[in-house]
Amino acid sequence: MIPADLFVAALLIPVATAILIPIAGRWPNVREGVTIVGAALQFGMVAALAVEVANGARPSVLVTTILPGLDIGFAVEPLGALFALVAGTLWLANSVYSIGYMRGNSEPRQTTFYLLFAVAIASAMGIAFSGNLFTLFLFYEVLTLATYPLVTHKASPGAMLGGRTYLIVLMSTSIGLLLPAIAITGYLAGTLDFAAGGILEGTASTLVLGALLAAYVFGIGKAAVMPVHFWLPAAMVAPTPVSALLHAVAVVKAGVFTVVKVIVYVFGVGMLATTGAGDWLVYVAGFTVLAASIVALRQTNLKRMLAYSTVSQLSYVVLAAAILVPISVTGAALHIAAHAVSKITLFFAAGSVYTAAHATEIGQLRGIGRRMPWTMVAFAIGAFSMIGIPPTAGFLSKWYMLSGAMEAESWVAVGVIVLSTILNAAYFLPIVWRAFVSPSDGQTPTVRHGEAPLPIVMALTATAIGVVALFFFPGTPFTLAELVGGS
Amino acid sequence: MEDQLPILQVVVPLLGALLVALFRERTLAWGIAVVVSWLAAAISAWLLALVVDGNTISYELGGWPREIGIEYRVDLLAAIFLVLVSWIGAVIVTIARQSVASEIDRDRQAWFYTMYLLCVTGLLGIAITGDAFNAFVFLEVSSLSSYALIAFGKDRRALLSAYQYLIMGTIGATMYVIGVGLLYMQTGTLNLGLIAERIGDVESTRSILAALAFIVVGISLKLALFPLHLWLPNAYAYAPSVATIFLAATATKVAVYLLIRYLFSVFDEGFVFGDLPVTETLIALSLAAMFGASAVAVFQTNIKRMLAYSSVGQIGYITLGIAIATTTGLTGGIVHAINHGLIKAAAFTAVAAIVLRTGAVKLTDLEGIGRKMPLTMTAFVIAGLGLIGVPGTVGFVSKWYLIDASVEAGWWWLGFLVVASSLLALLYVGRVVEVAYFRAPKGEVAAAEEAPPLMIAGAWALAAAVIYLGIDTDLTAGIAADAAAELLGTTP
Repeated sequence: MIPADLFVAALLIPVATAILIPIAGRWPNVREGVTIVGAALQFGMVAALAVEVANGARPSVLVTTILPGLDIGFAVEPLGALFALVAGTLWLANSVYSIGYMRGNSEPRQTTFYLLFAVAIASAMGIAFSGNLFTLFLFYEVLTLATYPLVTHKASPGAMLGGRTYLIVLMSTSIGLLLPAIAITGYLAGTLDFAAGGILEGTASTLVLGALLAAYVFGIGKAAVMPVHFWLPAAMVAPTPVSALLHAVAVVKAGVFTVVKVIVYVFGVGMLATTGAGDWLVYVAGFTVLAASIVALRQTNLKRMLAYSTVSQLSYVVLAAAILVPISVTGAALHIAAHAVSKITLFFAAGSVYTAAHATEIGQLRGIGRRMPWTMVAFAIGAFSMIGIPPTAGFLSKWYMLSGAMEAESWVAVGVIVLSTILNAAYFLPIVWRAFVSPSDGQTPTVRHGEAPLPIVMALTATAIGVVALFFFPGTPFTLAELVGGS
Repeated sequence: MEDQLPILQVVVPLLGALLVALFRERTLAWGIAVVVSWLAAAISAWLLALVVDGNTISYELGGWPREIGIEYRVDLLAAIFLVLVSWIGAVIVTIARQSVASEIDRDRQAWFYTMYLLCVTGLLGIAITGDAFNAFVFLEVSSLSSYALIAFGKDRRALLSAYQYLIMGTIGATMYVIGVGLLYMQTGTLNLGLIAERIGDVESTRSILAALAFIVVGISLKLALFPLHLWLPNAYAYAPSVATIFLAATATKVAVYLLIRYLFSVFDEGFVFGDLPVTETLIALSLAAMFGASAVAVFQTNIKRMLAYSSVGQIGYITLGIAIATTTGLTGGIVHAINHGLIKAAAFTAVAAIVLRTGAVKLTDLEGIGRKMPLTMTAFVIAGLGLIGVPGTVGFVSKWYLIDASVEAGWWWLGFLVVASSLLALLYVGRVVEVAYFRAPKGEVAAAEEAPPLMIAGAWALAAAVIYLGIDTDLTAGIAADAAAELLGTTP
């Protein structure tokens, strides 16, 4: 297959899966079969595409023109290929996991669940491959709308409130800020197409460009830069597979992906560095990194803690991109992949604990490592990667970010990275310690339990292996990240 | 045949109304109304095809020259509104039978279709005529029949609403005719084209200024420009469901047509927007509608009233586009008139289906309706996305034009206000979605079944148009842009 076919297939496979799922809805095994086959095919496509793009292929397709200057078109570049690779790969792992989780917890409306999941992945692919800002915005909105029913899956009053926050924050930022930012970009640059080196150079004063960048950063609510982060903890009412894939991978990564894409392909790293229009972003992102970590430190609910950790980690990506040197941009791209595979592992573990032991609070995890060794070892690997301890993927990306910060002599960024590493350790290591070393205090095993169902264990083991493998064999993802940075 | 199309456009539904009134049998009445409406739709499509390349059709009634007789004149702008009214009218009457049967007394159903066709006749007449007084006549034809349509409502408050509308509508029509009288006094003609030719000599006289004021205010009452919208929410809320769909989708839009016609082709737009503070006034009122009426919509408990207030808000977008008065702005206004017609038709059709099955219009009585009538509610949700302006729907296309026009004119703040106001739509649409999907069905809703196939087909056809025309915009934005360029004398 030529590269263009590959990415068109990667766009259409989730769509086809979404169409087939309700047809097979009456037979759960067939339905899950459809999801698994779709996800496996998807994995093949994005993997092959990533290799092609790493070797220099840049396929593109123009679908239609809606209005003059408003095209639906796709163009694959390294960053998009990397994001698609991450989302596509983890969709497969998550599908296996979902089967164990949804059946293990006897969740209702499973057909709708799998259907919307496939739609969400299709939108993530649309975002990854979009060739211009309008196409990106289109799929960005579809992703919000497709994930809203997933967040509210439980249909309880709590889910409704969480869903309300989710929808209102994401849509008010995207419609209220991102859309005008896109319109203004189109007016200033005369085009909405992404281009290497950016399209805005010399079109407006530094002040206007700085304000425009702010409209983008805060308009892309999915990137969860404070103060538009609070939809993410609210979204934790969703079933864990949703939190895992969407709120650790597809949705939030779509956010930071978009931020990096806008910085690299709309503003241009060089232009931002020479004008200084984006200097403020280092502080905003740095603040988010630290503040979210401090909030995470104080959480007692495991999923909420992971949510705040995600907020913090997302801003690493924004911070790294805002440092504006090639090596840090590479770090940003790499961290999209590293955080995704690590955080999904952590969420898988959290859901595993919930399914097997019905534990949701951090205090309930004493001694659980002895009853659920696979789960908690995977959790530990994910946690190490969050902190940046080798040999995990998190070390690699953090190394690049730190090198970039030093190269740019951005001491604020260096300080933020060092300090937040300490904070990460402070909230992750006690959990690992308690799970394995602390004696059970007698109150925990209200139910006797062992490991979670096999699909869950398989999935979290696979992603944990991925966290380590990415350190030893960074391969194609690393090549793609280097190409993004242009180093 | 082709030469006679302009008169057939009006005469066909008029004769249809007469036929229905003569037979007075309800199923036959519906059948005639369907056939006649689709004929009118075909004629309008034909007319559009004839003028789409920039030609203008002039038809002199009875062969009298336009100086003394009545001229029908079809240009691009007129053709767009003819197509909008006749096509939406045709779709709605096709799905109307069961809803009308359930909401209106047996022996009065035929009269309902008579009034419906008269209303269609009047609206098409306003759009096609090139004569100021003839437009008044058609305005009254459509208004009187719509008062009757509203009064058919089951609820006793329907009578009061119809009466309110009658009073306000009559004031509006009177103002309009006073304005036309002043124009006639100064120019000696009632033909819009001739008025436009002669008005230059007398432009800044006080009479012409007064004429402009009377006409604009009169039409603004009919199009429910904030704060002249007070008749609208009750009228939409208590009218029979089918009448609500039709009036919401078309009646105010034809008033928009008339306003555009006067501001841009009868009066000189340089005079109106350049010398007079029309832009400022109209922008302020539009913004008040976009924010005020939409905010009121958020707090409504009756779904029909909610959509009615939403209409007042959405009309604000249309008048905003007109107020900006550039090619892009005017295109946005025209295209939103079309798009909003489609969206509201889809939304109110879904509501009509829900009323048919449950009789409920209060949000609290609609809990869980999304689980019982999933197909109907899907159409409603798509229409709701259109109201919010999500990309991929027609609502986005109109908003894009309005933002673009604001930025082009250097008013960036206005662009931000346009998008900020659409968030209010997110709130009121979101309220319906939460009620419909997150609560357990009870009462009437628990026993409800999915709407009849024809109504679902209609709602889905309209919802599909909301999406399709949001992606392929040649038919809407493309033609609207040509029409705007024609009106402003610019090249697209």
